[in-house]
Amino acid sequence: MSSRKTKAPAKLGRSLLLCAVLALSACASNDQVSRTGIYDPKEDANRKMHEFNKDVDRYLFSPASNGYGFLFPQPVRNSFSRFADHLSLPNDVINHTLQGDLEEAVGTTWRFLINSTVGIAGFFDPASAIDIPRDDTDFGETLHVWGVQEGAYVELPFFGPSTSRDTVGLMADIALNPFVVIFRDPTQYIGVAAYVVDAMGNRYDFDDTIDSILYESADSYAQARILYLQNRRFDLGISGEDIYTDPEFNPYEDPYEDF
Amino acid sequence: MKIFDLITRRGFIASAGATALAFALPGTAFALNDAQAKALIDRAVADINKVISSGKSVNAMIRDFERIFAKYGDVQIIARSALGPDARGLSSSQLNAYTKAFQGYMARKYGKRFNEFVGGQIDVKGSRKVKSFYEVKTSVKLRGQSPFEVNFLVSDRSGKDKFFDMIIEGISLRLSEKAEIGAMLDRNGGNINGLINDLKKAG
Repeated sequence: MSSRKTKAPAKLGRSLLLCAVLALSACASNDQVSRTGIYDPKEDANRKMHEFNKDVDRYLFSPASNGYGFLFPQPVRNSFSRFADHLSLPNDVINHTLQGDLEEAVGTTWRFLINSTVGIAGFFDPASAIDIPRDDTDFGETLHVWGVQEGAYVELPFFGPSTSRDTVGLMADIALNPFVVIFRDPTQYIGVAAYVVDAMGNRYDFDDTIDSILYESADSYAQARILYLQNRRFDLGISGEDIYTDPEFNPYEDPYEDF
Repeated sequence: MKIFDLITRRGFIASAGATALAFALPGTAFALNDAQAKALIDRAVADINKVISSGKSVNAMIRDFERIFAKYGDVQIIARSALGPDARGLSSSQLNAYTKAFQGYMARKYGKRFNEFVGGQIDVKGSRKVKSFYEVKTSVKLRGQSPFEVNFLVSDRSGKDKFFDMIIEGISLRLSEKAEIGAMLDRNGGNINGLINDLKKAG
């Protein structure tokens, strides 16, 4: 197949995705906030997806991750994880720029250049040693900076907990990822492979935590939901006391007032 | 360089002045309580670090953790707020049984994870006043991981200085347990005795 032929549909696909992204971001910006600080109108469908994800984890992902952790010692897993992080840096640069954070965009570019060369394609991380740490970001955060509301809680197949805003962000990140845009197969699959390997490493390293949430809690769906939403809001710099006037969901709400 | 020097010196003078002022005025309990809140978490953290480095068995660590939780944490308010408004309708013996079961459940659930903290370190960073209570910021460094933020919320409204929540990277222990206890109560059709029995087995 000539590259010209594969290019056109890929381009079309990307622009369609971007259109969808923009259209969906409009949907995501609603002002709905429920009494519990959790807006989950599609709870029934989400719960079904949660059961699907649990099955995927139980029969596929968790055993695969155990195998991966068994085969590769910690230092090797760490270097794979660094490589996966490294591959997402160009995407971070794009998002920092879109958020108007040029300082981080420049810092991340430096990080990418240093670790690509001195860090041998990102398998090592000399940049952190000279105080250029990773500042992880994504298009979901960009949408947040642009003023898009969180929207509804969503549980995505394979990816797990998300929101309508972050789902749009995830699609945009895939569409905008320079590794997907610039390289052709098989190189473009390196990013995907690194992502999956990194996810397996995390699944292995945090095995006890993940098992306790998924298999030991009374309602693993509700646990995953509240953990994700709180942590995501924290990552986006939304602090409880600034944003949530909602006593049900604000950790800074004084519980002593209730009794 | 000079300007930089001046600014930092000014900043230093200003903060030193404010601290002196706060101590000089007994009416401004702010700095004192602030220090007390930090001192409480300092002591709790020292105890936790001791358990982590003790090399004890998991069951012994769970017992130690329960003791620390009851000593420094306001178990009553954490348990009640996890149960929500339903707690108001309980008899005092039901409430006691529930609180006791909740304390054991928390100790088992989180105490058995203490072995993950071996080789780790918690550092108290500082504190600030929020509403009627104080937030004490700590930084937790676990082996092979970058440090993350854990904040304790401290109040004296129980009559003693105690923490009533622990917020790990934005995740409130109290609110997460509220979701979990709510789910257990639902599973028992709202029956408190069923919930208490579940709690005794869980964690």
